Amino acid sequence: MPLAPAITDLGQLKERPALARLLAWNPDAVEASKFDRDELTIVVKCPAIREACAILRDDRELQFSFLADITCVDWYPNEPRFDVVYHLLSIPRHERLRLKVRLAGNDPSLESITSVWPSANFFEREVYDLFGVRFSGHPNLRRIMMPEDWEGHPLRKDYPVEGYR
Amino acid sequence: MPQMFTPTPTLEATGPRTMTLNMGPQHPSTHGVLRLLLEIDGETIVRVMPDIGFLHTGIEKTCEAKFYQQAVPLTDRIDYLCPLTNNLCYVLAVERLLGLEIPPRAQWLRVMLNELTRINSHLVWLGTHALDIGAMSVFLYCFREREDVLRIFEMVSGQRMMTSYFRIGGLALEPPLGMFDAVRRFVNRFPSRVDEYENLLTANPIWLERTKKVAYLSPEDAIALGATGPTLRASGIDIDLRRDMPYTGYEKFKFKVPISHDGDVFARYIVRVQELRESNEIVRQTLEGVPEGPIKADAPKIVLPAREKMKTQMEALIYHFKIVTEGFPVPAGEVYQAVESPRGEMGYYVVSDGSPKPYRVHVRAPSFANLQALHTMCEGRLIADVVAAIGSIDIVLGEVDR
Repeated sequence: MPLAPAITDLGQLKERPALARLLAWNPDAVEASKFDRDELTIVVKCPAIREACAILRDDRELQFSFLADITCVDWYPNEPRFDVVYHLLSIPRHERLRLKVRLAGNDPSLESITSVWPSANFFEREVYDLFGVRFSGHPNLRRIMMPEDWEGHPLRKDYPVEGYR
Repeated sequence: MPQMFTPTPTLEATGPRTMTLNMGPQHPSTHGVLRLLLEIDGETIVRVMPDIGFLHTGIEKTCEAKFYQQAVPLTDRIDYLCPLTNNLCYVLAVERLLGLEIPPRAQWLRVMLNELTRINSHLVWLGTHALDIGAMSVFLYCFREREDVLRIFEMVSGQRMMTSYFRIGGLALEPPLGMFDAVRRFVNRFPSRVDEYENLLTANPIWLERTKKVAYLSPEDAIALGATGPTLRASGIDIDLRRDMPYTGYEKFKFKVPISHDGDVFARYIVRVQELRESNEIVRQTLEGVPEGPIKADAPKIVLPAREKMKTQMEALIYHFKIVTEGFPVPAGEVYQAVESPRGEMGYYVVSDGSPKPYRVHVRAPSFANLQALHTMCEGRLIADVVAAIGSIDIVLGEVDR
């Protein structure tokens, strides 16, 4: 089963319901999109993420009512350095969607989506703890895995695997 | 006066009538090293704040420094009650990145071992949950059957708990002679053993008193708080990834997905006990007609060659040497693979940059998300119900902290 090449052209993908919905709402909010290995990824501009999530959750057809996961990827030393990755699941339609926000390396921060899904609370705390990405509007943005007096953010690529000694 | 800095979170009482209580991390009913900060008004819970991270071992970071195959033993340690489910989820993610086709025999054996893992995990849950609530003997019965499952794991992989049996591209070894007979003996015996547990608990008035209408979670709250697996199904949401988004050949097997609409501790108990029976039926189906054939994919650059070939053919020796010393490159891309673990949706998000080491491995741990529902379950209830609630969401701290 050879891999099909990834589709990254917005024109070819705009028929996909989730992408069509976001483009109909605000075409400027969508930065890029990719369909690769049966998974659809939509890159959303940073200021639009909370509203984009709310629209996908409340849409009667799409029903992306479940937030499965939030995580982050560090592309150090490239810029934009961080990808914050959201995985949504539509329980009635058995479909997944990945949203991404790209963030610059100096002072990475974006809006929290805890007001859309309370379950984002722990996930955003984990991203903050291990990557140092700040979420504005989070009710309790504190370290969750590491002790509160820990220095540095261990999952960043410039943090050594053995730790600082 | 400078503020005192504390490395652990603290909870301040918010009213004149309330006080705070520290539960754990060393507490027999927190199933590991979970620390709960409780704000209580007399015996009534006002606030629950979980404090986690005591078992954080940086597995996601360590994976980035290993070859793809070397990360499999690390995934065992994430959820140590269902190591094979972790192995499966990780290898499926990497196989999708590679575009590998897995032979049917390997898929059947993966399903069989996964369902045995589910039985193993649910047995530990049932025993410890009953022990927390005060039914001591159930624990002994459950561990009797768990021993049989662990013996089967030992037969196939040489390990009782940290199995690492699945390989990228198939299985590590052909299962030994007598393994199918052992599984068949277990499958025939097991339903009567589940009856035994149910005799002890399901109609037991003390059990009902401690679990019915306790730690209620509404379907809306369950979705909003990210609960999955039996916790979500006990609140009436009918989703099971094995049936709805099948992977590794689950679409070939028939099974029911038990759900309940009560949303309390008893509902979660009933859902899991029925899952024990359904998993047993799936194992029975896998036993009938395991396909013959290879257990590894036909991909010489990824899968280690057979021992005989390695000793007789030069190409096989070269491939073996290269895979072991250099790993194998994986085409750039990203994959989120989710499977139904005994605790809920377990997801592995693997990002590749085209090198032989994963660029990023992230684990979506079901226990981590389910733990967020604890406050909603316990608010306004008694302290003793917190113990029942923790048991009912079946957390594994290795997975919460990773």
